[in-house]
Amino acid sequence: MYKVVSEIKPEKAEMRVAFAAVMDELAAADPAVAYFDCDVINSTGMVEFCKKYPDRGIDCGIQEANMISVAAGASAVGMKPFTQTFGPFAARRVIDQVYISAAYAKLNVRMFGTDAGITASYNGGTHMPIEDMGLMRAIPEVTLIEPADSVMLADLMRQTKDRYGVFYFRTTRKVTDQIYEEGSTFEIGKAALLREGTDATIIVSGYCTSDALAAADALAAEGISVRVLNMFTWKPVDREAIAAAAQETGAIVTVENHNILTGLGSAVAEALCETCPAPLHRVGVPDRFGEVGSVDYLKKIFGMTKDDIIQAVKAVLARKK
Amino acid sequence: MKKSAKELNIFAANIRKAALRAMNAFHGGHVGGSMSMAELMAVLYGEAMKIDPKNPQWEGRDWLVVSKGHCGPAVYGTLACKGYFPMEELETLNQEGTRLPSHCDRLHTPGIDMTTGSLGQGVSCAVGVAWGLKCQKKTNRVYTILGDGECDEGQVWEAALFAATKKLSNLTAFVDYNKKQLDGWTKDICDLGDLRAKFEAFGWNALEVDGHDVSAIAGAIEQAEQCSAKPTMIVLNTVKGKDCCFAEEMFYNHFIRFSQEDYDAAIQWLNNKIAALEQEG
Repeated sequence: MYKVVSEIKPEKAEMRVAFAAVMDELAAADPAVAYFDCDVINSTGMVEFCKKYPDRGIDCGIQEANMISVAAGASAVGMKPFTQTFGPFAARRVIDQVYISAAYAKLNVRMFGTDAGITASYNGGTHMPIEDMGLMRAIPEVTLIEPADSVMLADLMRQTKDRYGVFYFRTTRKVTDQIYEEGSTFEIGKAALLREGTDATIIVSGYCTSDALAAADALAAEGISVRVLNMFTWKPVDREAIAAAAQETGAIVTVENHNILTGLGSAVAEALCETCPAPLHRVGVPDRFGEVGSVDYLKKIFGMTKDDIIQAVKAVLARKK
Repeated sequence: MKKSAKELNIFAANIRKAALRAMNAFHGGHVGGSMSMAELMAVLYGEAMKIDPKNPQWEGRDWLVVSKGHCGPAVYGTLACKGYFPMEELETLNQEGTRLPSHCDRLHTPGIDMTTGSLGQGVSCAVGVAWGLKCQKKTNRVYTILGDGECDEGQVWEAALFAATKKLSNLTAFVDYNKKQLDGWTKDICDLGDLRAKFEAFGWNALEVDGHDVSAIAGAIEQAEQCSAKPTMIVLNTVKGKDCCFAEEMFYNHFIRFSQEDYDAAIQWLNNKIAALEQEG
């Protein structure tokens, strides 16, 4: 069960702090839990973990491909590996290793890619993962998760420790807005309802969630009732929630911190077409490369601001029959 | 060495026969690399590895990751000879619904410990297995076999650095250094140079032996077991297509389509070799 906070505010700590705390909790409880990282433990906040668990906190060095295959191999003898590095390297550099060593071999690995999309900010285009979920989405049987905040991250990490399979989490290392009250729990594969509404539905994920809520509130003030769904599982996507939203509200806007090609918008479009076709507008990175800049600047140039979401809802409403 | 060289040489010839039987049913396959690793497979399954063919998942077993996963037929031939599945099943290679796909698959074949085929990954998986066993303070040993062409892959060298840093002395790796890859001589395509020296420079206990000399292979494996702080690499100097009369002299012998007549001649040649070995004292 989850509960949405009454007032959206930034979390007290960065998401990486929550990640490190939960890793500590899981490793303390289970000697099979292991952590692999590629020379970014100082950035991911995992230095203390690796000191505390020197046998199971492994800094591989800058060798992402080997890390994924090693993790897959270790899982074959009963270890429960968690891997983490920056998002672009967690996906682009390891796609065949995820495909063959982990997924095709049906082994048991939880992967984390940090600095989702525009939150890579001043690391710029080389470090801005706007395609990671799309790449992973092409691999059968990989579960794709983008937590909206640290509360959700913690719950889903705990759930996946003993859930066999291959998981890819996309996170931010930074402070994000808190969406859910402490202690909330979630069901993987089921969208979380953030706002009820009847005129249109915003389907949102990750860092964009608070902007989507702000857009929905602004539209409500104009008399437009918008449902907001947090689609934190991109695969398997919640087709039932998408179909119900289309049937009950008749218009859909997707909002994602990712390329709209191959990402959440694509996943929703596929489900929509096959269940209950309705007008769709996708907000996100419009199939272009990242670049350096503040998060606000990047939102502006990619058309991902609160105002862009509001305009997208109005545009899709105009197409609604 | 527990078994005689004669016994292991006969086993190696039988492995070649079994691998060819599998490939003959498909009228072709990765003949070259399957033939060059036969003596190694004979030593591993003839005496070095702790295995239980009746219980392939036995927790106490030693692990083998065939990183050169395209040489499935040599592995299947070995496993069939050891009784993991009936010899007749070799003829289902690559048939629809088979348990013996072209490349090794842990989910399909009894006795296959890891899924391989995308070169460079198997060795990393083997390193992960060795790391996981060491982390759990288990004493099982891990073996992995790389192709020489496979060593073009950067991931091999990532794995080499990792295994040496983590002091994975429970890992013994082999390179089947038959000097040829799909497109020709390795020295012309991507020169590997002195592989033994390269692995030694990467922090491994690195040995080099004649890969068709069962006594030398067995001796090197015993030496690896004595090495307490490093993983061991045993570079095997081999001949691609070894002891397969239609393949050994062929230049492009990585993947070969062959006829029933070719097969019959190869089996006859190997039968003669076995008969000659049996004549030895």
